[in-house]
Amino acid sequence: MAEPLLTVRNVSKHFGGLQAVDAATLFAEEGRITALIGPNGAGKTTLFAMISGFVRPDAGSVRYEGCDITGAPPHELARLGIARTFQIVQPFAGLTVRENIAVGAHMRHRGRNAALAAATAIAREMGLGDMLDQPAAALTVAGRKRLELARALATQPKLLLLDEVLAGLNPSEIRDVVPVIRAIQARGVSIMMIEHVMQAVMSLSEHVFVLAEGRIIAQGPPEGVSADPRVIEAYLGHGAAKLTAAGAA
Amino acid sequence: MRRLAMIVLVVAVLAAVPFTEASNAVLNFLVVALLIALAGQGWNVLGGYGGQYSFGHAAFFGTGAYVTAVLQVRYGVNAWLAFALGIAAGALVGAVIGALTFRSGLRGSYFALVTLAFAEVLRIVASVAPITGAGVGTLIKLDLRHEALQFQSRAVFYWAILGLVALSLVIAWAIEHSRFGAWLTAVRENEDAARALGVDATRVKLGAMTLSAAITAAAGCFYAQYFLFIDAGIAYGPWISVEALLTAIIGGAGTIFGPLFGALLVRLLGEAARLVTGDAPGLDLVIYGAALVLVVAFAPRGLMGIVADIRSAFRRPAPRPTAEAAGG
Repeated sequence: MAEPLLTVRNVSKHFGGLQAVDAATLFAEEGRITALIGPNGAGKTTLFAMISGFVRPDAGSVRYEGCDITGAPPHELARLGIARTFQIVQPFAGLTVRENIAVGAHMRHRGRNAALAAATAIAREMGLGDMLDQPAAALTVAGRKRLELARALATQPKLLLLDEVLAGLNPSEIRDVVPVIRAIQARGVSIMMIEHVMQAVMSLSEHVFVLAEGRIIAQGPPEGVSADPRVIEAYLGHGAAKLTAAGAA
Repeated sequence: MRRLAMIVLVVAVLAAVPFTEASNAVLNFLVVALLIALAGQGWNVLGGYGGQYSFGHAAFFGTGAYVTAVLQVRYGVNAWLAFALGIAAGALVGAVIGALTFRSGLRGSYFALVTLAFAEVLRIVASVAPITGAGVGTLIKLDLRHEALQFQSRAVFYWAILGLVALSLVIAWAIEHSRFGAWLTAVRENEDAARALGVDATRVKLGAMTLSAAITAAAGCFYAQYFLFIDAGIAYGPWISVEALLTAIIGGAGTIFGPLFGALLVRLLGEAARLVTGDAPGLDLVIYGAALVLVVAFAPRGLMGIVADIRSAFRRPAPRPTAEAAGG
């Protein structure tokens, strides 16, 4: 079998005495949506930060397209085609929506006009066409999430890392954004997403990894993982799996 | 392109001043104001567009001034060449300080303090080192020939500094219309987000600091040629660090014309205060401080921000352009 687009092998990171990620291994197949779930504090964001170059792993390796990228800085990874969004949205608040997206577009377009044109096109695709010249600070939470997506897409990534892109949205906004993520996948972009909204994970992802206390405790297709007693216990506490099984019986 | 036309217009208006029988005092005032505007534009490149607030631009101003003066006086280097080398030396000092600070990840107030420290160290070294004339300072010999980059007429000096300011305005315009500028403002707004979008933040900041230092150094080189005397307190003193950032912030940081208008206003206020109260020492600093407080409190985007607000207030009654949205 061909090597997956992204392979993370035995990656660890500790902060002082806290083992945030402990020998985690996961992979993302080309063209698929892979989800990384886990309870709060499981180390998901740290794992993402290591994949995207913001945090250097203490041990382990990250391979992308057959090359070792462990410890490479974020801007180089972006050039290789790995883009990310942030859990807490990070707009360039003083710039307009168009200028925000153009920063991403500049990675592939040297000229200002070309970058602005590319930004305009992506903004329209992402449903931000009416707000091109508004300052990013004026956007709603949902708008900012879309802006994060648009900016990342403007770098023309092959692999998109989404850190809780649905968090903080209301149900109707989630219904709006889910098809946007599907459309991104349809363009041929592979996606790895951290997500808490289980309904979205179930409907979007094809393969799920579950991280708890820094370790990958389960993986597989979403239906299988959600029934896995280890996963249920990680979320609901020790003994919960037995209780839910008894309740179902 | 409209901004570029504005630059031509503003520079043309200023260039006409010597033809209006302006007195030497007025020209002198304008030369100093433009000199500060140039130093301020240097600060603006790094602080305004890049969000890296330096408190030590004296390090670059002073290096430009000293290299220009010392090369001529001690090594007999041609004044024009010394001027160019002064700019290059200032840029080099900027690159070195930038490499040291940005690579160690210093941001915000730490960056400000470290730049201040560098400028102060240079001031102390210059006030004791024999090559700079130590406490006595360095005097450039009066030699009113064009080869020596000195001019009989104040108007020529005025046009020279105006030319440099015009160049700095075009540089600011080019920054606003380039990829480098887009990356630089992205770093200012949010460094981590910029890095995630492929921006090599350290390199961008380093480039901005080098360019910024070169522009401010040019102001220092000009100072040496115009006043023909510098000492450590003038060249590396905190006064120029303060004036550079003050003019840019009061005029509007991160705008093309901010430093120029800021310098004219700040200098005008200083002169007015001197006329009203006589030569009370330190009064200009009180005025600057008050102006800074007022701007930060009521017009955080400076004079250019006020201008933009007025313009959009006039534009508001017109219907919003919808062609853009309809086109999608």
